[in-house]
Amino acid sequence: MSILQIKNLHVSVDTDQGPKQILRGVDLTIRNGETHAIMGPNGSGKSTLAYSIAGHPKYEVTEGEILLDGENVLEMSVDERARAGLFLAMQYPVEIPGVSVSNFLRTAKTAITGEAPSIRGWVKEVRESMDALRMDSAFTERNVNEGFSGGEKKRHEILQLSLLKPKFAVLDETDSGLDVDALKTVSEGVNRAKEANDLGVLLITHYTRILKYIQPDFVHVFVAGQVAEQGGPELAERLEAEGYDRYVRA
Amino acid sequence: MNEQTKTAQHGLSEHSHGAGVPIQIRSARVRSADVNDFELVTQREEQWRYLSTDRLGGLLGDLEEFTGDLGLTAPDDVTTAWVGRDNELFGKAGLPEDRISAAAWTTCDAAYLITVPSNENAQEISLKVTSADSTPSALHLIVDAKPFSNSTIVIDHNGDAVLAENIEINVGDEAQLTIVSIQDWSEDSIHTSAHFIRLGRNARIKHIVVSLGGKTVRVVPSVEYTGPGADANLLGVYFADAGQYLEHRPFIDHSEPNCKSRVTYKGALQGSKAHTVWVGDVLIRKAAEGTDTYELNRNLLLTDGARADSVPNLEIETGQIEGAGHASASGRFDDEQLFYLQARGISENEARKLVVYGFLNEIIEQIGIESVETRLAESIEAELARSTH
Ligand SMILES: Nc1ncnc2c1ncn2[C@@H]1O[C@H](COP(=O)(O)OP(=O)(O)OP(=O)(O)O)[C@@H](O)[C@H]1O
Ligand SMILES: [Mg+2]
Repeated sequence: MSILQIKNLHVSVDTDQGPKQILRGVDLTIRNGETHAIMGPNGSGKSTLAYSIAGHPKYEVTEGEILLDGENVLEMSVDERARAGLFLAMQYPVEIPGVSVSNFLRTAKTAITGEAPSIRGWVKEVRESMDALRMDSAFTERNVNEGFSGGEKKRHEILQLSLLKPKFAVLDETDSGLDVDALKTVSEGVNRAKEANDLGVLLITHYTRILKYIQPDFVHVFVAGQVAEQGGPELAERLEAEGYDRYVRA
Repeated sequence: MNEQTKTAQHGLSEHSHGAGVPIQIRSARVRSADVNDFELVTQREEQWRYLSTDRLGGLLGDLEEFTGDLGLTAPDDVTTAWVGRDNELFGKAGLPEDRISAAAWTTCDAAYLITVPSNENAQEISLKVTSADSTPSALHLIVDAKPFSNSTIVIDHNGDAVLAENIEINVGDEAQLTIVSIQDWSEDSIHTSAHFIRLGRNARIKHIVVSLGGKTVRVVPSVEYTGPGADANLLGVYFADAGQYLEHRPFIDHSEPNCKSRVTYKGALQGSKAHTVWVGDVLIRKAAEGTDTYELNRNLLLTDGARADSVPNLEIETGQIEGAGHASASGRFDDEQLFYLQARGISENEARKLVVYGFLNEIIEQIGIESVETRLAESIEAELARSTH
């Protein structure tokens, strides 16, 4: 059993005008195997939550805590968090010139497991995961995210998810920018990772269409840096019909 | 990388020149073996404007002939000899374009000549230039790659030195030469080196400069064409850390039709007062129709307090060219790249290394000599390990 707890999380970001409060007391508990969807208007702080969990240096936690199986995540560096089993599929994956995907994946895998994977087994595993995500094997020779289309970047994030096998994954708008076929392929990739590793998922999205493929156990409505309401999958349907007006006005 | 990119700005006036430094087009520069034909070395001279004279130390005074070690490893049919000024190769590839180069020229009554015979089999040659004392000295090397020869020469500079060097590189008709000059001196060393490259018809050169160690390192490679169809590929990679000054001034003089040149230099800087200067001059003369040239310099600043100057100059005297362009950019290390890699479990040190290698990789992968690539990888690793993190 694994559990990720976010308690009363307050986060501010450094701006030119000084620190700006974005998260104002977020409470969330995710167990392994569970899928939690987070929906909310633009600018409500969803990516901020995602980055804060991953430990991006731009975001400062001013109050509250994040615990992974009781361990204090906030005391860990970014790479320690990843090695402890946290994964963030980014809304805007970063390009790394001159570093090939194959070198990157092998280096990351070695870092996470603490030893270099056996060459033959690894090459095969990468190829199979890429096939499953309908990624051409030529991508391994390309530089990380460099010149990738929006959809290709998202597939590459899920490729990493399936290879690095974390305990918990935060997927920040992984569905945005995907065509219908890609959405299905990527969703299947996430579902395979869920099944294989009993992965807990925090799925940030604007659209219910991905929730048809990845069934959420819980839906949280995120507004102005807080969880404004939570419920089951039916809440997503309601949001799609009614929008966020109700919460924003309240 | 957050870069400020300057592209396709032709002509010198585009680039800021400090007050008091005369703007001088490369084609109008003095070329002479006589020291007295040059002005004294001061920062008022365009060639020396970035380099404070105290960084040149003993090179500004009298020089002695180099007494260090020249360790050559080469196949049997490659010959070497000390030759005097009366030798037809002495001064064939070029003449000094600055005062220190001229002083070195005058000091050396003999030059060490490496002759690569016409032979289609690739010849691998290594020359270790090792100095153990810092007496201001001068060295003159000549490479004569005969027509139709094919060779790789690695010149590796090590030890303590205050050295002014001239290297003449003749590449005969149809010959192919890969030549690497590694500057990996001790941290107090001072080294200036002028490379004179003379290309025959359809000759091809890959010229690689690797500057790593030394208090002051200044390498000035210039390329001259003597027949059509020649191809010069100039590559440079450098890593400057705290207090180091590394300067590279490649010059391509396109005087013959249908020749090609590529100049690609990349450098990483780390630590306070790490300073690099790159001035890339390309001159396309009237006769050089069909010229195809591109020069690029990029710098990656890993920490605050480092400074990279980068100035590409293009002088074009004919419109009948295939292509001419340049780009230059210096950018700070991108923390988002670091975050992305760390978010995949990679430690900060390892992530920095990946990003720096990645940045320099465009050059490294073109070197094509395993020993040099390994050496470079180890040096970069050591430099990064020395960083304040
Ligand atoms: N560096 C910054 N400087 C100023 N404001 C910032 C900075 N970073 C984030 N913000 C602000 O914080 C708020 C929350 O941003 P965040 O990216 O978390 O929103 P989001 O919910 O993910 O939105 P979207 O649905 O558009 O992705 C926004 O108003 C944003 O402009
Ligand atoms: Mg967002």
